[in-house]
Amino acid sequence: MWAMIVKEFRQLKRDRRTLAMLVVLPVLLLVIFGYAAKFEVSNIPTIVVGPQAEQVASQLQGPFQVVEVDPGAGKSFVESRLRDGKAVVGLVTGQRPLLALMDGTQLFAAQAAEGAFAHMARAAEASGVTPPAVTVQILFDPKLMSSWIMIPGLTGLILLFIGTLITSLGIVRERQSGTIEQLAVMPFRPWDVIFGKIVPYLLLASLDLTVIVGVGMLLFGVPFVGSVATFGLGALLFLLVTLGMGVLISTVSQNQGQAIQLAIMFVVPQVLMSGLIFPISSMAEAVRWIAYVLPLSWYIEISRGVMLKDTPVAALWEPLVVLAGMAVVVLGLAMLRFRRDLAPSARHGRVTAAQPEPVSP
Amino acid sequence: MTWGLESASVRFGTRTALDRVTLRAEPSTVSVVVGGDGAGKSTLLRALVGLVPLSSGISRRPSKEEIGYVPATAGLYTDLTVEENLAFSGGAYGVVGSELAHRSTELLERIGLANARTRLGGQLSGGMRRKLAVAMALLHRPALLVLDEPTTGVDPVSRSELWRLISAAAAGGTAVVATTTYVDEAHRASTVTLLEQGRSISTGAPSEIVAAVAGKLGVVRSTAQPQGLSWRWGSSWRVWSPTDVLPEGAEPLQPGFEDAVIIACLADEQEVQPVGRAR
Repeated sequence: MWAMIVKEFRQLKRDRRTLAMLVVLPVLLLVIFGYAAKFEVSNIPTIVVGPQAEQVASQLQGPFQVVEVDPGAGKSFVESRLRDGKAVVGLVTGQRPLLALMDGTQLFAAQAAEGAFAHMARAAEASGVTPPAVTVQILFDPKLMSSWIMIPGLTGLILLFIGTLITSLGIVRERQSGTIEQLAVMPFRPWDVIFGKIVPYLLLASLDLTVIVGVGMLLFGVPFVGSVATFGLGALLFLLVTLGMGVLISTVSQNQGQAIQLAIMFVVPQVLMSGLIFPISSMAEAVRWIAYVLPLSWYIEISRGVMLKDTPVAALWEPLVVLAGMAVVVLGLAMLRFRRDLAPSARHGRVTAAQPEPVSP
Repeated sequence: MTWGLESASVRFGTRTALDRVTLRAEPSTVSVVVGGDGAGKSTLLRALVGLVPLSSGISRRPSKEEIGYVPATAGLYTDLTVEENLAFSGGAYGVVGSELAHRSTELLERIGLANARTRLGGQLSGGMRRKLAVAMALLHRPALLVLDEPTTGVDPVSRSELWRLISAAAAGGTAVVATTTYVDEAHRASTVTLLEQGRSISTGAPSEIVAAVAGKLGVVRSTAQPQGLSWRWGSSWRVWSPTDVLPEGAEPLQPGFEDAVIIACLADEQEVQPVGRAR
């Protein structure tokens, strides 16, 4: 048994990726669950409109964080701001009771806001003051159904899984079996091989996406109120990022085990820190930036916005542009690296191989 | 058209994997590269087809459309059927439709896999796989066929069938370059290159390599290993002396091709120059 233990440690010492995973994953999980994975919402972006907007806004306390006050605006303005994701709660003054509109797709923030209103009422009663009557109206996900917010996010998880894990495994299989060498000698241009490898996964992921959305709508009654084109554009850009990551992972992996390890290191933080389960707004400021470098965070903003709130494309320009930028960088890098594997003779500036160079027999 | 390498060197970092090797691959001929494990055979072929860049020298090869290459490791997809493997290879080289059907049938009959069209590559025996891989590389009638150890790990019958297939390709005008660790296979080649630690220690027709043998070869019929540079040969020993003086008890012997290959390696270790045309 001792020989087995010694052998295992020797192998582990040389397997730097597993060692890295043994060190990095616990640290990552510690950071995530210590600072990021929280359901409590401490800041709720709030707008206040109507004739008494200034007065009501000045009385609001935490967790409400007033981001906009507009005495001249009304209910439709609040609805539009909530749809565009600029605020989670909107108070419409000038009517009794006050109308509090909430974005139901921000499940935990909306629940926190409901709780905060109840707490304010109890506090007012305790101090002998008549609490202001508030009518709460939850928009987009009126019953605060968690399945409604999970399924748009789940579509992203499926795309992430296919794009990153399945694609990298498919390419590494070629490398592991040695067929990638043969592809490099065949009369394919590097782009033919790259696109030939990723297009099937792109189509499969698109099919899977359609099925998941369809099943979500039929079985769970999830609405799809927005533009299919905007949703498609967001999904395509996100898929290009994940496919690029898949190709990139394959270029630094010698076997499928290594590819799976790297894919896990890429996928796990996205599941936990993209807002899929834990709201980004609950994360500590110091680690919140991590959520913004993860492509799934931006995709979820698009998918939830389009499916549940009919957020217009103009209001989603930021996540769309970020995903497009990520797609260009990741896919470009992946292709450059993959191309290097497929055209090694052209790797150096000095070409010594004449192909073809006719000579007299 | 003559393809091949001219004074080609390949370096991986500080290690020289191929050192100024010249190899000619002429149409209708089979050039065989012989060498032990780690001699640089695969690197030579990979340099020839453009898979590794040369640090110096020239690689002359036709365009990719005219190359057929079978790497040592694979050459086919184990999760595709025999037919699907051929269709993929055909598609890559523009052999499609009736031409693909005709050529596939012809090659499958020749390699004895006509009744295994729907079997998965992974379900074939080692010999069958290698034959299919060579057939895939031959599908588009390449001008240059490059085979990395096509017969390693293959049973004697399949080896013979593979060489028949390779010879037929050469007879059809293809320039074939193959590597092997089996000296007997090199004997039937048009030209042989002996590779040792990335260097070509002898090149020429098998008869030229035999003629180039320096020193003296002898046979010692005893069970005990004789003095000097010797190796087992059946129940007796072969002994080679770089000078013209054989050890006591050794009967002089005319070297055969296999003897010549072993002597070339020993002579290289002893830094003895060959005497014949081969180099």
